[in-house]
Amino acid sequence: MTIKKLTCIECPEGCRLTVDIENSRIIKVAGNKCPKGEEYAISEIENPVRILTSSVLSQGLGLKMIPVRTDKPIPKSRIFEAMEEIKKVRVSRPLSTGDIVVKNFSGLGVNLIATRRVK
Amino acid sequence: MKLYDVIIIGAGVIGTSIARELSRYKLDIALLEKEEELAFGVSKSNSGIIHPGTQNPPCSLKGKLCAQGNFLIRKISKELGVDFKEVGELIVAFNEAEIKELLRLKKEAEILGVYGLKIVDRAWLKENEPNLNNAAVCGLYAPTAGIISPYRFVYDLAENAIRNGVEIHTETKVINIIRVDGYFEIVTSKELFKTKYLINAAGLFADEISKMVGIDDFKIKPRKGEEFILDKKKENLTNHLIFPLPSKISKGVLIIKTADGNPMIGPTAEDIEDKEDLSTSDSGFSKVLLSARRLIPSINDKDIIAYFAGLRPVAGDDFIIRHEGKAHGFINVAGIQSPGLTASPAIALLVADILKNNGLALKKKLIFHAHRKKTAHIFASPFSKTKKLIKKDASYGDIVCRCEMVSAKEIKDAIKRGAKTMDGVKFRTRAQSGRCHGSFCATRIMKIMAEETRMPLTGITKRGRGSEIVKRDRATM
Amino acid sequence: MIKRDLVIVGGGPAGMAAAVSAYENGVKDILLIERDQYLGGILNQCIHTGFGINYFKEILTGPEYADRFIKKIKDIQDIEVSLKSLVVKLTNDKTVTFLKPGRLETVKAKAVIMATGCREKTREMIHIQGTRPAGIFSAGLAQKLINIEGLLPGKEVVIIGSGDIGLIMARRFALEGAKVKAIIEIQKETRGLLRNVVQCVEDFDIPFYFNHKISRIYGKDRVEKVSVMKVDDNFNEIPGSLFEIKCDTILISVGLISENELIEMAGVKIEENKTSVPGIFVCGNSFKIYDMVDSVTEDSILTGKLAAEYIMSCK
Repeated sequence: MTIKKLTCIECPEGCRLTVDIENSRIIKVAGNKCPKGEEYAISEIENPVRILTSSVLSQGLGLKMIPVRTDKPIPKSRIFEAMEEIKKVRVSRPLSTGDIVVKNFSGLGVNLIATRRVK
Repeated sequence: MKLYDVIIIGAGVIGTSIARELSRYKLDIALLEKEEELAFGVSKSNSGIIHPGTQNPPCSLKGKLCAQGNFLIRKISKELGVDFKEVGELIVAFNEAEIKELLRLKKEAEILGVYGLKIVDRAWLKENEPNLNNAAVCGLYAPTAGIISPYRFVYDLAENAIRNGVEIHTETKVINIIRVDGYFEIVTSKELFKTKYLINAAGLFADEISKMVGIDDFKIKPRKGEEFILDKKKENLTNHLIFPLPSKISKGVLIIKTADGNPMIGPTAEDIEDKEDLSTSDSGFSKVLLSARRLIPSINDKDIIAYFAGLRPVAGDDFIIRHEGKAHGFINVAGIQSPGLTASPAIALLVADILKNNGLALKKKLIFHAHRKKTAHIFASPFSKTKKLIKKDASYGDIVCRCEMVSAKEIKDAIKRGAKTMDGVKFRTRAQSGRCHGSFCATRIMKIMAEETRMPLTGITKRGRGSEIVKRDRATM
Repeated sequence: MIKRDLVIVGGGPAGMAAAVSAYENGVKDILLIERDQYLGGILNQCIHTGFGINYFKEILTGPEYADRFIKKIKDIQDIEVSLKSLVVKLTNDKTVTFLKPGRLETVKAKAVIMATGCREKTREMIHIQGTRPAGIFSAGLAQKLINIEGLLPGKEVVIIGSGDIGLIMARRFALEGAKVKAIIEIQKETRGLLRNVVQCVEDFDIPFYFNHKISRIYGKDRVEKVSVMKVDDNFNEIPGSLFEIKCDTILISVGLISENELIEMAGVKIEENKTSVPGIFVCGNSFKIYDMVDSVTEDSILTGKLAAEYIMSCK
């Protein structure tokens, strides 16, 4: 059995998690103060994911940069690839908070959404 | 190639003072500066003190020109619209032996014609300088000491000189000087210049310039001074400039009032080799703090919001101001360290005399524009005046730098008047010089600069090429 | 002179929450003064997630969090917003003077809430010596440059201090393709949240030096390198531990201080959310530095209520 130590990033609490792994399967998560900690531990070991936040360039709108994020987490391993796509995005239509900027962003099965209103 | 009557090398306070003085006459004048902007050498780290003439021997050039300069600067600052505040200074004694020194200083200054000097006692000190160390026994009070913004003074001198026909060439570094048929040909990083008379006001590099015409009998040694600026909240820390008794190499660590309101403590005095070493040090910091607290014990290091180092161009004990017979038409104005700012108007007059005595005809122009319209500063204006300014131009109400209250209009004006860098804007307007150090306003200033000059944002620098603020713009990738 | 029941200085999370709360508690004549051209304050540049978990029970980015309050304020007619307006003076008789393009205004209020936020400590405040070249930024300025202006400050970065903004910016620089060469923290542990250590530092393999401090900054025109030394628990240098890191950019992230200059200038002293002058209140980060915006909101809602009660008691 191997023991892995993690810090949960689901909330500012930052619980220190202990994960017991046997035959590459998680058998126990301890140290979490809420169920999210367990979910996090499993995901972090099996397929670590992150919400990506950044900003994209606008053209002819009231803000030069429009903040964006993925509406669901994406695999950690594909973050840099996603960033390269973000750098290419140009927005020229007004958006409200939550509006989709790019559908099925970078083939990741998530949408890139605006996090600020821009006219 | 155009033949100039006079070319001046170095656009610090000395170069610009000379240029402005000579612009009264029918002369073709050019001022050459190696940096991107004026006052970026020795002058930018000046303390801004207008000395009364209490600290240099009466027989020295320093003493004489300082006392004269203190008188002349009042008229010039009025003409140029630069604020000169006569705050007075106190040289403080802590024991009997020091009192003797004060009396000697007083006597020497009186020989120079400094008026109003008096020895003040403990009771006077307590009443007029309540934060002063109780251990001070008496002081020499010199009411004619004052303060001015050293860089705004240089910019305003230069602006007025330009209006009166002087050409200013920045980013023009002198590489060599060649004598051709009695004229000087000046090889620079930009173009070739030709002149009848050549004035060397190159500050730290005056020895190197002088060497180019074969005069190699002095060396400029940089003497570093570190200074520490306190928050504007402490504006009333002292009512006067406070000096300890001077040492052999410096006036000691002072409590300085500045034209901008922030008190300043320093400078150190350390002889170094590198003419470009403007670093501050932990030892300088502790030394200044310790010495300053000897004068004003309540100074708190938490009130320090900024610090910097400057280099004084030292060439022996006195200024070197002379025509060089071996290279007729070449005038050295070198080793101008303290009290150089105070002496600058007197130095300019002296240089004009030297030129005249060496064959340059000084014919007055029919029209000399002595006056310059005072630059408006919101931080220095009462609300009634601010209201009027805003009525005239709405963007006086658009505050960019909130720590120092600088409006978009002032920043645009500074750029129109020649600011090409972030430091140039700072020195002219004070924007970015407050407690947040530009954290809140730097981006806005960059955008205004880009708009006004059509420069890309990536081309905006702190103080000239090589000091670009940002490396990449998403918009131009 | 204009008269208002309540003047709130600052349109960031604190000012907005205080305005909404005061309105909900019965104040119908409110002026909210904001210096920027948008409401939202510093949240607009905090484009990362991590906001709202306590207050909205959701994980939001800074602009999304701000947007919820901006929408509320826009819907309330009794809250007048003055943008691009910088307050330059507060007096203890509750008179507020502000400048905006084209105008200098003086407002007499029954109550004033100061919600002016905070600013970052500077390199000077922690006395880092050396030269003063281009390339030294507060973490917040770097954040504004990248997120709002789309400008990358530098390509090889050393971060001084491990405050949350510094950690967030470590990730932001890494995502932009810059190399974050080190985070230097004088204390033996991070000052920021652990989750930020994980997702901003460890995720990107950024070297984290605890018990280390910068001894000097080098570079004439642009930052060229820093020298770093190890320190003991009393922050004294451990001899022989000095080493150098080449970089073109330095971020300073060593903490925040409340912006209270206007209050100080008015000769007013801060006491538990109120001040020594009845009717002058202070909330959010200008009252004390909070780790989370959710707490700023809670504090400001309370302050809005206190101000409303005060105004009612005057009638």
